[in-house]
Amino acid sequence: MIETSAASLCTYLESSAQRFGDRVAVVDPDGSSLTYRELNERSDRVAGFLTARGLQPGDRVGLVQPKGIPGVCAIFGILKARGAYVPVDSTAPPQRIRSILDNCRVRAVFVDLRCADVAAGIETVVVTGTPAGPAWQSLPQGAIAWEKALKHAPGGAEFASRHPDDVAYILYTSGSTGIPKGVTLSQRNALSFVDWCSSVFSPDEHDRFSSHAPFHFDLSILDLYLPAKHGGTLYLISEEVGKNPAKVASFIASNRLTVWYSTPSVLSLLAEFGDLKKYDFSHLRLVLFAGEVFPVKHMRSITRQWPSPTYFNLYGPTETNVCTYALIPTPISDDRTQPYPIGWPCSHCSALVVDDNREPVPVGEEGLLYISGPSVFVGYWGRPEESAGCCFERDGSRWYNTGDVVKQDTSNGFIYVGRRDRMVKRRGYRIELGDIESALYRHNQIREAAVVAIPDADAGVKILAYVTTADDARPSIVDLKVFCGKALPAYMSPDAFLFQDSLPRTSTGKVDYQKLANAIPPSNR
Amino acid sequence: MVDQIKEEIRQYILTEFLPGEKASNLQDDTPLRTSGIIDSTGLLRLIDFIEGRFNIQVEAYEAGVENFDRIQDIASFIQKKQKPGA
Repeated sequence: MIETSAASLCTYLESSAQRFGDRVAVVDPDGSSLTYRELNERSDRVAGFLTARGLQPGDRVGLVQPKGIPGVCAIFGILKARGAYVPVDSTAPPQRIRSILDNCRVRAVFVDLRCADVAAGIETVVVTGTPAGPAWQSLPQGAIAWEKALKHAPGGAEFASRHPDDVAYILYTSGSTGIPKGVTLSQRNALSFVDWCSSVFSPDEHDRFSSHAPFHFDLSILDLYLPAKHGGTLYLISEEVGKNPAKVASFIASNRLTVWYSTPSVLSLLAEFGDLKKYDFSHLRLVLFAGEVFPVKHMRSITRQWPSPTYFNLYGPTETNVCTYALIPTPISDDRTQPYPIGWPCSHCSALVVDDNREPVPVGEEGLLYISGPSVFVGYWGRPEESAGCCFERDGSRWYNTGDVVKQDTSNGFIYVGRRDRMVKRRGYRIELGDIESALYRHNQIREAAVVAIPDADAGVKILAYVTTADDARPSIVDLKVFCGKALPAYMSPDAFLFQDSLPRTSTGKVDYQKLANAIPPSNR
Repeated sequence: MVDQIKEEIRQYILTEFLPGEKASNLQDDTPLRTSGIIDSTGLLRLIDFIEGRFNIQVEAYEAGVENFDRIQDIASFIQKKQKPGA
């Protein structure tokens, strides 16, 4: 087992507070900031507060709030109390948020005032985002204002009790049956990844890092902990700015960011709508991207507009975090159309490409990619069968089945081929198509629903929903869109709805997805 | 004039975001952003279309729901931009 450089992610912060106490640790979207000393002290108070409220090691604590300094203080505070944090998209439908908090039975939650209702009945509720002044009276019953929690005496779990096998966080992803599943990761999982990042990206205290991805997205692990380990500064990008390429471009330039990390979709939008020639990006030294295939057309465009940084394609599911990586040589020639490889395994991971009998396939042949190493996750929260089913033992190691089909090229490493199941990626988010079907079945006029995804040159993937209705009265497409807007996160809403009299079935009575995918009308391609 | 602008926007939205929908189901006051019909990426494409088609420049601060949630608001926004000072 590879040894990690610390026993807990919060040790990074404590050590940087000693070495770089007066340097800026984190900058809020509103422009306010905290030094390492201040962030360390505030998170100590959060830890003291949680411990006093009875939080035990291993207890889960939810975070349902827009990105900001309170969230960063809460995360480090939870880790100092040996709790596990569970970040949830605060813009997701309330039912979905609540199902996540209930699934892992959070004992406490940090929640924004605007969505505080989702936390009703949870043992400890801390409300952030309250208006200035003593607004405590207007809080939900029993809730505690963030400002009040921050007045608590510092505390937390005993330093010596910290263990790399403690659960550090749970990230929920789309589940095939409509119930999100909690990918549970230990301190060791994250620490081994962050240590690898240190060795490849050589960051230091002068680096200024972007935090574009929300905390419930696994890209946030690099964002949060790599700067904390090296004394760099983290610039939090609000959701509102993050969705607007013109604002993102101006943000990167005006804050002289040196390290950018996001999904390819964000970089594509920057290249297309960011008006990049208006700004100076000479400080940017590293551009990292992960989460989905980067169409070469868009990659060429961004690397031409930003010629100086070094580009890395990072690959890995949430279950392993980044496990293979590839340096992208620039400039990219005009005639290249082939996507870039996902590259070679990171030094803390091992990779195996196997056939359906889990026997290794020869170099150049397609097979399923399995990963082992200290970053392979603990399991899915409360789903022991699924957790066991996705891994197998070989040569004394536990190997995780990524579900991704790859082939190995002797000079470039692994090349991503596709998937065999019904999971797709859109804007870096994993989507189980069955999750969308479950939502559609809740519409009272829909009798059957089958969702398929097709590749799209611009969007990466297009999601089409075939539906049949209970009677001749069909809901309007506007109605279906609005319904999905309420039932699902925005990135999961289908691009098109196609009404059918009935769905094609295979001989065993299952929906024939292949037939549906082949029958897509040209107007939707 | 404003009716023509509305029709062009309606047609664009129907083709891009609601393929297969009847024009009559997309009213001038149907919420677009707040309902989830058009997401943040879709908004960028809509603005790109409007800038090119109506020869106006949309600033980031103008792209909120006050101007871009309903066809009628988008059309009056475009008209205002086309006639500075009006």
